[in-house]
Amino acid sequence: MSFFKAENLAINFGGVKAVDGVNFEINKGECFTIIGPNGAGKTTIFNLISRIYDSTEGKMTFDGQDITKVPPHAIASLGIARTFQNIELFEHATVLQNLLVGRHCHSRTGLFSELAFTPSVRRAEFAHREKVEEVIDFLDLQHYRESLITNLPYGVRKVVELGRALCTEPKLILLDEPSSGLNVEETQDMSFWIDDIKKDLGITVLMVEHDMGLVSEVSDQVLVLNYGRMLAFGSPQEVQNDPEVIKAYLGE
Amino acid sequence: MRFLFKTDYNQDIRIAKHSGYYWSYGLLLLIVIAAPYFLEGYYIGQMTQLFIIAMAGVGLMLLAGYTGLVSLGHAAFFGIGAYTEAVLTSNGVPLPFMEEPVIFPFVISMPLAAIFAALAGVVIGIPVLRLTGIYLAIATFAFALVIEEILSRWESVTNGYTGLLVESLYVGDTELTDGAPFYFLSLGLLVLVILISINLLRSPTGRAMMAIRDSEVSAQSMGVNLARVKTTAFALSAGITGLAGALFAHKLGFLSPESFTVFQSLELLVLVVVGGIGSLHGAIFGAIFVLALPQGLAILKDYLPTAIAETPGMEPFIFGLILVLVIIFEPYGIYGRWLKIKHYFQMFPVYKKATFKRQKAYMKSERLK
Repeated sequence: MSFFKAENLAINFGGVKAVDGVNFEINKGECFTIIGPNGAGKTTIFNLISRIYDSTEGKMTFDGQDITKVPPHAIASLGIARTFQNIELFEHATVLQNLLVGRHCHSRTGLFSELAFTPSVRRAEFAHREKVEEVIDFLDLQHYRESLITNLPYGVRKVVELGRALCTEPKLILLDEPSSGLNVEETQDMSFWIDDIKKDLGITVLMVEHDMGLVSEVSDQVLVLNYGRMLAFGSPQEVQNDPEVIKAYLGE
Repeated sequence: MRFLFKTDYNQDIRIAKHSGYYWSYGLLLLIVIAAPYFLEGYYIGQMTQLFIIAMAGVGLMLLAGYTGLVSLGHAAFFGIGAYTEAVLTSNGVPLPFMEEPVIFPFVISMPLAAIFAALAGVVIGIPVLRLTGIYLAIATFAFALVIEEILSRWESVTNGYTGLLVESLYVGDTELTDGAPFYFLSLGLLVLVILISINLLRSPTGRAMMAIRDSEVSAQSMGVNLARVKTTAFALSAGITGLAGALFAHKLGFLSPESFTVFQSLELLVLVVVGGIGSLHGAIFGAIFVLALPQGLAILKDYLPTAIAETPGMEPFIFGLILVLVIIFEPYGIYGRWLKIKHYFQMFPVYKKATFKRQKAYMKSERLK
């Protein structure tokens, strides 16, 4: 039984088949990467998994559960967290508050006890903050804890977004181009963190990435998409030597 | 400049961030509690009005400032609260098994007024959940027009344009709805509403509201149920505004639909924007502004040439002008300016203007909805 499985996944936008019959399986604890030229449907697959889009066809199973029709806000509590390609942080809030929103799927306090801020709400807040501090330690964000997102440089925002996803305590984390906009050094850090997330935290990673250096460093399996269809599948080395893939990227 | 060294999660959570807060807000509270013993009756009335408007402002602030949903129809909730209070405490409600209409005591009628307004908030909240920005504003605007029409046409209950007399309330022999007692009632309720709002904003639901304001799609991916949190925000906002309306009914003493028109909605929105959007302080500053401006203009009129002073529509014009100027030059309103002044003195003499300069936002991903 695979950890995550997409069967014959498809979505149309009008006449455009953005994703067209894609099948893949992710095993628990591995790093699975989707690559492909621009417009290949990589981010669309992410939006399908996080249920922002409804798939036209196909089925997705996660951890033995069918998630094809799960409402989008329930995805996080099932154990799937994501980051966004162009960073979707809460800009008028501090890093700490952003990370605390990541704890939202674990909050069980009722509205009226929150309005009165009862001791149970306070205890729950303590527990959330302890978890958040673990993530802050893990990603070395101590320095930025109280900074507003608007005042942070791009590279740090990228890490904060990763942190926010980790705060949901996911079993599967979707990283949409984790290295885009990062310099060489930051990309190196990111690759260490992805490795740590996989090995130390035991979280399965699904990522979309263009930087082939990063891909071959951290991925176990690579899926290549082109025009919404699967082009190739295998280890990073196999995929890079595949003539079809070279053709898609470089032309003939 | 004070640097805080945090050694405890409570330091993050508690309302007063450091001991200075006890001094400044304690002093403020002392002043407003002592005020009625020094002020004349007219000023006590004005202060009471200020508290009521500030409460309505806090209500709209939760919705517009913290959840990012703009409402052009908050006068409707204000009106629902006011009329509910008036009907419950003055005319009474015919209930089964009762020979005479039941007149409610204010400890029951005021919460009921808030609950009625909150229910109206839910009713309007659910269908307009999918709308944002200008479309939401239009929908709430339409809702306010409907309510205004109902208030004027449902004559058996509201007495239409003839108006509805609101009875004064008594506790023992003292009149509660006038002078100092009403001042303290309004102040107490305002403080309560502010405390509730602070509690909300430091707990998960409040953070979810701010998350929705900044990015709906990622809030959703973090497990925020958009429909539920938005409806909650609408209900709370409407409920608080309704409670303010209930107090307002007693302040006016006489209700007619003309008190709850679109202009009132706009005034609340101006309050929120000029006061400082996205801060509870802003609601208070905004209420002071909204209340003081007409008075200031009235004084100013004596010094202006007659041709200008007598021009009809001068007041709305100046209202609008100030709104536009604030949006352009001080997007965070009076509270934003206040923060800058505070920062200037904290950092003296090395204040840098750039601290508050808005940085160019990085590219936003394509909005998914």
